[in-house]
Order: sequence, then structure tokens, then C-alpha cells
Amino acid sequence: MHEMSLCENIREIIEEQAKLDGFSHVNRVWLEVGPLSCVEPDALRFGFDVVMRGSVAQGASVEITSSPAKAHCLACQTTVQIQQRYDPCPTCGVGPMEIIQGDAFKISKLEVV
Amino acid sequence: MCGTCGCGEGQVHIDGKHHHSEAREIALERNIMAKNNGYADANRARFHANHTLALNLVSSPGSGKTELLVKTIAAVGTDTPCHVIEGDQQTSNDADRIRATGAPAVQINTGKGCHLDAHMVGHAVDDLAPEPGGILFIENVGNLVCPAGFDLGEAHKVVVLSVTEGEDKPLKYPDMFAAADLALINKADLLPYLDIDVDLMIANARRINPNINVIQISAKTGAGMPAWLAWIKAAQAALLPASAAE
Ligand SMILES: Nc1nc2c(ncn2[C@@H]2O[C@H](COP(=O)(O)OP(=O)(O)O)[C@@H](O)[C@H]2O)c(=O)[nH]1
Ligand SMILES: [Mg+2]
Ligand SMILES: [Zn+2]
Repeated sequence: MHEMSLCENIREIIEEQAKLDGFSHVNRVWLEVGPLSCVEPDALRFGFDVVMRGSVAQGASVEITSSPAKAHCLACQTTVQIQQRYDPCPTCGVGPMEIIQGDAFKISKLEVV
Repeated sequence: MCGTCGCGEGQVHIDGKHHHSEAREIALERNIMAKNNGYADANRARFHANHTLALNLVSSPGSGKTELLVKTIAAVGTDTPCHVIEGDQQTSNDADRIRATGAPAVQINTGKGCHLDAHMVGHAVDDLAPEPGGILFIENVGNLVCPAGFDLGEAHKVVVLSVTEGEDKPLKYPDMFAAADLALINKADLLPYLDIDVDLMIANARRINPNINVIQISAKTGAGMPAWLAWIKAAQAALLPASAAE
């Protein structure tokens, strides 16, 4: 369950941002969690509420977005949607391909007051 | 929702007064792993300045990481100072086993945490104060999943897989094999008693990571130990001299 410590990282980033931008409360947090990111969205939601207690993001709601995983084949120059990281290229059979989308794990935006 | 007057989001109480201020959006686009990566970079800079070879040993529980370390430290000898950071959810058993060899060890108990992160390792390095020019072995929490995603500032990840774990583990836990530069296939002494196809196990690891080095080893009998020690020597030689720092 490493989502708990990832939530602590999220909290630190938000608290730093609160100092920079001078907001006192966060209503909503948008997180991008790619399908290849090794982060479990349900575990993340669970940890989020617990970890944000006592911070500017206490009680904030979480929106989790996700873009499909895509990879580029260096051998045949095609870009395809993939299900998992180490699949060989479905067009030419060569692998592994270069991941170009789907491994992100980031805070996209905040709604603050 | 506000408990006092029932107003919705964007309305807060500050200093007990009721402010209805405008909510605004801030675009951040901030990588959450960057937090760990920042600590990892700091560790890496320290290892570099101290000319320390840091190796991050990852595996499932019971593959023989601690046993391998005990034997490795004895084989390396006293010319090269060895230091160990032990990560486990509970107990200091493994650090005690390492200290019995004479090498300094620090135990990190992660509690519910399933991996070491770079911040914890930084503090452990403070405690250890490794001698310059030595080797720092970091035994990660037994888990083939999460430790793959956390850079600790090490020079190499070394994945330990024992022959009793099955040929398909590299395919089931690909991130770990993709992240590792070396796979130690441990407990090779048990091969005569098992049906496992060790060549298939190695082929599966190479399917995920064509560049991975593989050494079959037995912590129990010492078979394969010379190849592992030679790999360590080469990794030490490949470290840039601290004076050639960027
Ligand atoms: N037969 C055999 N047993 C081993 C070998 N290496 C470790 N073991 C045994 O495997 C068990 C787990 O080893 P340990 O070092 O605690 O694994 P760790 O959880 O990865 O640190 C212990 O009972 C060791 O004695 C080996 O090469 N051969
Ligand atoms: Mg151990
Ligand atoms: Zn292709």
C-alpha cells in the first residue's frame, strides 16, 4: 500500500503551493493517474481523506482522470494504444516500445479559496 | 458544504468569520513522484562525492537477500568498507544478521509501508556515515511491485529471484525486471530437486529487459559468488571519480 506515502507527497506539494499562492483552503484536487503508473486509484482515494486531515486540503474532493496508454514503436514508427507496458509492437512484433502516454502520476489542478 | 449556513463550495470560515470568497482554479501539472526523485538526486550526489557504490537489492520476501549480503560482505573482505541499510516492515532481525559480520547496518522499519523511499534512505545514510570508497547495500522491503517505482539514488537495482519462485515471475512483475541492471538467480543449489526451467526464467527476464545481466548463484554453497563479486568490482570501477564531478 504505497498510496499512503504518495498521499503524503501530494499533501506536501499542496501545502507548499498554499504558501506560494496564498490560498487557505482546497475544495477540489484533480489528479491524473495513468493506467501504467502503478498507482491504484481506489487506494489513493482511501488514503487521501486520511492524509489530508489537518491540512489546507482537509475534506477536499478528488477527481481522478486517466488517459489511455500509448506507445511508439521505434522499429516501424507506429503509435498504438497498449494494455500493458512490455507488450511487443502489434504491427511489426518488435519490442519493447517507447511509452508516450499513460504513465503519468500528477496533480493537474486545484480549486482553491 | 458549510455547516453553519449550508452554502456550497468556495465559501470558507476564516478566524471564525464567514467569508464567501470566490473559488479559483490553479493549474499545477506537477509530477508527484518528483518529490521522491528530488531526494534521490540528493542521495546520488552524496554517494558520488563519497565515491560510494550504492546498490538497491529488490526481491520478494525470502529470496535470500540478507543471506546473500552476509556472504557477500564476508567475501568482499575488509579492504572495501561495506555498509547496509535494511528495510523491513517490522523487526531488526536482518540488521542484526548483518552486524554479526562486522559491517555497520541501519534498520528502517516501514510499518505498513511496502517500499523504501529516498527520503528514508537519506536519513539512514546520515546515521551510517559510510566510509568513502565503499559499498552501500540497500536491502529493500520484500516486494516485487512498489520498490520498482522508487529511485533511492542508487547506482543499480539488483533483483534477486530464487529458483523456487517459478519461471514466470519476470513476466508477472515486469517493472522490477525492467528497472534492474542485474538479476541474481539465487538458491541454485536447489536446482537438482526442482522441475524449474531456469533457462526459461532467464529468457523471460530478457524478454522484459534485453540488457539485464544474469548470474546464477547460491548464497548457501557460494556457487556463482565470483561472478557477482566481479560484477560489483566492475560497477565500482565504472563510478566516476568524485573529482571529475560535473
Ligand atoms: N538452499 C538455499 N537457501 C537459501 C539460499 N539463500 C537463502 N536461503 C534461505 O532462504 C531463507 C530466506 O533468506 P533471507 O536471506 O532471509 O531472505 P530475504 O527475505 O530475501 O532477506 C532463509 O532460510 C535462508 O537460509 C540459498 O542460496 N540456498
Ligand atoms: Mg531480508
Ligand atoms: Zn513496430
